[in-house]
Amino acid sequence: MQMLTGNLSPSEGSISICGIDLVDQPVAAKRHIGYLPEHPPLYRELTVDEFLRLAGRLHGMARTPLQQAIDSVKARCGIADTGKRLLGSLSKGYQQRVGIAQAILHDPDVVVLDEPTVGLDPIQIRDIRSLIRALGEERSVILSTHILPEVEAACDRVEIMHLGRIVFSDTIAALDEFTRGLALQVGFRHPPSSETLAAVPGINRVEALGQNQFLLGRDPANDPTDEIVRRSVLEGWGLYELSPPHSRLEEVFVHLTRDESGA
Amino acid sequence: MIFTLARKELRSLFASPLAWVVLAVLQFVLAWIFLMRLDSFMELQPRLAQLANAPGVTEVVIAPLYSAAAVVLMMATPLLAMRLIAEERRNRTMTLLISAPISMTQIVLGKFVGLVLFLLMPVVMITATGMILKVGAEIDFGLIGANVLGLALLLGTFAAVGVFASSLTRQPIVAAIVALGLLVASWLASLANPDPSSLVQMISVTRRFESFNAGLVDSGDVIWQLLATAVFLVLTIRQLDRDRLVGQAI
Repeated sequence: MQMLTGNLSPSEGSISICGIDLVDQPVAAKRHIGYLPEHPPLYRELTVDEFLRLAGRLHGMARTPLQQAIDSVKARCGIADTGKRLLGSLSKGYQQRVGIAQAILHDPDVVVLDEPTVGLDPIQIRDIRSLIRALGEERSVILSTHILPEVEAACDRVEIMHLGRIVFSDTIAALDEFTRGLALQVGFRHPPSSETLAAVPGINRVEALGQNQFLLGRDPANDPTDEIVRRSVLEGWGLYELSPPHSRLEEVFVHLTRDESGA
Repeated sequence: MIFTLARKELRSLFASPLAWVVLAVLQFVLAWIFLMRLDSFMELQPRLAQLANAPGVTEVVIAPLYSAAAVVLMMATPLLAMRLIAEERRNRTMTLLISAPISMTQIVLGKFVGLVLFLLMPVVMITATGMILKVGAEIDFGLIGANVLGLALLLGTFAAVGVFASSLTRQPIVAAIVALGLLVASWLASLANPDPSSLVQMISVTRRFESFNAGLVDSGDVIWQLLATAVFLVLTIRQLDRDRLVGQAI
């Protein structure tokens, strides 16, 4: 993230933003980026308006369009009434919003957000997520986060990095496919023994979640669903739940990073 | 762009009590020196009148004011400069500047210009203090001009050293001590070693000001002072660029 925005120089490889090389033409490339670091870069002694005006001028905006842009981003980020307050006196949620306002103020093509919902309460998190969703409709948003449900809620594409390497890179839709090939959550009224379940063709791992529920690891090539339903009817297991696990991305993440570190 | 940053630095300086305290204390000290000097000038006046080529009021009262200001500002500039980069690092606000479409050179120059504009305020204040004497005496404007130019150039070098020290660390107070150490060491070394051809004198930050203070504007001194300023600014830019390669300094 820091490399994408010019805060760190890459030791090898190259970065281009909208086709402009970041190392060769840093100023031209950075014009297309809006960046909100993990820790919003706010000057505590400035007011919200002063700060946004500074951010706009740093991006070379002229006075009149800047004032209009400030009014419109303040409305979008829900900070319209805070213009005269000092940044240092704002709550964490408002500071985060000012940070986002600063990142989208100059209408960049790419918005980079690093952990934008850390330390916010659930209502603020929902607001910020819907704001990110809305931003994603009109421009590219790169969102970095450790909160996996956030990715599912807000993103179209996922890249998982582990130890500096990309271990997964695909769309959320493909991720669904991928997870469906990994695990299955089942519940039985009269559960069979774990050994019986493990013997079903296509199941390679059985994990008991409670008295009646199991998490089944499955072979991606061989779908055991039909077999489970059939056996349940034949042997009276009383199947009442059969679903992919809820935290799908988490499963993939654990699977991928564990495989990598084991390898 | 540089002035946008300079304006922001000035605003931040005045948002903290430090700038006001420095200006107030400086003015108080200089007013005291001014009055003491004026007092002794009044006592000496009858005897000076008998000399053929007697020093005027500008030489006796006003010029020492500038050299006192140079020493006081040598102590104050590191304190004013310490926050410029170190605190941006500590509050992690540096990212805002670095991610903006401006070069490292513009960032450093912006901060430097902001500080220099601030430091010019005491220069204006001292000059105004001296001008009061216009009411009852002849004033040598040439001498005052040389002093203003010399002090402004000297303060530029002080500011560049301060900015450089601030780029070395993320603790403002460490930056202040480093800058103060550099400046005072150079000053004391040149006091202790008055031989004008020695190396210490060659690199002394304050020696050039002495000729300005005596009313001598030497283009060599002007160039030396500007070069010294440029060297520290270039070092600062290089330091910040290096940080981007290896991560931030501690």
